[in-house]
Amino acid sequence: MTKQAKAGTGYHIAVEKEGAEHWRLKLSGSVSSANSSRFLTDLTNYLSGGPVRDVTLDLGEISYFDSTAAAVIAQIRLRLEKQGSHVRLINVKPEIQGLFEILNLESLLSERDRLIEKGPSLIALLGGASLNFINDTRFTFAYLGDVTLALGYAFRYPNKVRWNDAFLYMERTGIEAVPIVLLISFLVGFIMAFQAAVQLRQFGADIFVANLVGLSIVRELGPLMTAIIVAGRSGTAFAAEIGTMKVSEEIDALKVMGLEPTRFLIIPKVLAALITVPTLTLMSDVVGISGGLVVGVVFLDLTPWGYILQTQRALDILDVFSGYFKSMVFALLISGVGCMRGLQVEGGAQGVGRSTTSAAVSGIFLIILYDALFTLMFNYVKW
Amino acid sequence: MGKTPIIQVRGLTAGYKGEVTLDNVNFDIYRGEIFIILGGSGCGKSTLLKNMIGLHDPYRGQVLIEGKDIVLAEGKRRLQILRKFGVLFQSSALLGSMTIAENIALPLQEYTSLPRETIDFLVRMKLNMVGLRGYEGYLPAELSGGMKKRAGIARAMALDPEILFLDEPSAGLDPVTSAGLDNLIVQFNASLGTTMVVVTHELPSIYSIAHRVIMLDKRAKNIIAEGGPVELRDKSDNPFVRNFFNRQVGEGLNV
Repeated sequence: MTKQAKAGTGYHIAVEKEGAEHWRLKLSGSVSSANSSRFLTDLTNYLSGGPVRDVTLDLGEISYFDSTAAAVIAQIRLRLEKQGSHVRLINVKPEIQGLFEILNLESLLSERDRLIEKGPSLIALLGGASLNFINDTRFTFAYLGDVTLALGYAFRYPNKVRWNDAFLYMERTGIEAVPIVLLISFLVGFIMAFQAAVQLRQFGADIFVANLVGLSIVRELGPLMTAIIVAGRSGTAFAAEIGTMKVSEEIDALKVMGLEPTRFLIIPKVLAALITVPTLTLMSDVVGISGGLVVGVVFLDLTPWGYILQTQRALDILDVFSGYFKSMVFALLISGVGCMRGLQVEGGAQGVGRSTTSAAVSGIFLIILYDALFTLMFNYVKW
Repeated sequence: MGKTPIIQVRGLTAGYKGEVTLDNVNFDIYRGEIFIILGGSGCGKSTLLKNMIGLHDPYRGQVLIEGKDIVLAEGKRRLQILRKFGVLFQSSALLGSMTIAENIALPLQEYTSLPRETIDFLVRMKLNMVGLRGYEGYLPAELSGGMKKRAGIARAMALDPEILFLDEPSAGLDPVTSAGLDNLIVQFNASLGTTMVVVTHELPSIYSIAHRVIMLDKRAKNIIAEGGPVELRDKSDNPFVRNFFNRQVGEGLNV
């Protein structure tokens, strides 16, 4: 057996030329991954002089030879044979021969030309993309149907819902989100009041800051900000959780046990979101208005009571309702899309990452889209 | 074959989360041998392996790789020791975001300065070796369990390591693939002198590849038998060892 020579002790190449046509390269020493790139350069330099008809590589004195070295030799050989040289390996020790055999170099060399692979044509790409789109759409509709059915079932048989899971998710999406939702709502109310004050002051209409802040927070920004925060916090978490379960075959295990993943995994999350998101929205409304109140009192010299009265006058109970209703729809969208992206995961860790991103992006996009639709709709029905 | 130890385990006491699964274990692995670590479930085979490759630190004791303690080595010196290793993990542990070819090319790109063309060639060579030609562009998630395992071996062997650790290489493989894998292990060992440390409990493969076997036991928290596989089967005075090799359920069974 070849004693493992310490890597990097080096090799030696001796060239014997018998005329211009017959070259004999005597290799000795050890070639391994540590010095094989130098070995490749050296061999290339020795043989760069032009086509030689016969090249003999004598491996008799090689003390250590690993697969990188074999690759270098094979490559050199291939290059020479392309130039029309005839290459011969001699004095190949049994263990090196064995290495060549395991690596199956002969078949690799002869197959080489088949390696150039063509990418798919434009039509194939287009077809693939359309098929993907159709499958995606079909999946979305099937999923919507599943969730609707399961929700209906949950309302009919509330004792069949896994409430323990639902409460856990309420804690995660609701209670744990309170601080960030309140902070952001307060700041948004504050910023809006400040910007409005600068403009309204020019007309001596300071008090209308309360109308502006109250209306826009309750009707638009409260539900919107809350939904976006929940989509970022929890929609992604749903996708990652379900996606990981899918990758590790847990979803399949549930199915085989006869437990519908929709009922088992998705409904608790949807119900939790349906309860927590509107509640968070109401909190966000109150805190957003108080952000405006601080600006009114500190910078506009309004009395707190005056500001509150003005807000009360500006707001209708329908405004609060419309915000509440919207946030319920947002809750469905966030949890629904989050879980769907989770179920769509394919592949491993990377698939989970992609689905998480996509849960956030499509969640936020749907929120904004539906918000626009609602604004138009409410405008017509005069809510 | 020279009897120089390449790995020496000295007084190793190790476990997981404060629990002791191995208590004062001592053994040597010699250069160029195929060494099998054997034992029932939960006896600490994987713990031992993780301690040997430096992923876990033992509570007490040393693991010497060519005389250098991997537990104490840090930074560059640790890296030098790690470069001697190739490891096949139980779950193959291929990087999911890279194709099979990229997975195998990764150590080659990081540790050699070979041109891309040669690396590509090497990658194809390694894949050819494990019978995965044509799967260069696949992602690990697109392969079956056995194929992932073979790709994992190709990656572990990318740099022709001096020591190859294989954690249950043939678990979950069909007998034909598994036998092919055993062949590969033997051939690699013969032509490169690679030391192989294999954790397994597949009897057929133990008989066809093992030079030396140690058997761990859960109750003893230590090695209960050491020797060649046939010798252990026929001559061991420990009933548990004999039962294991004869595939019998007996009173010695301790799972």
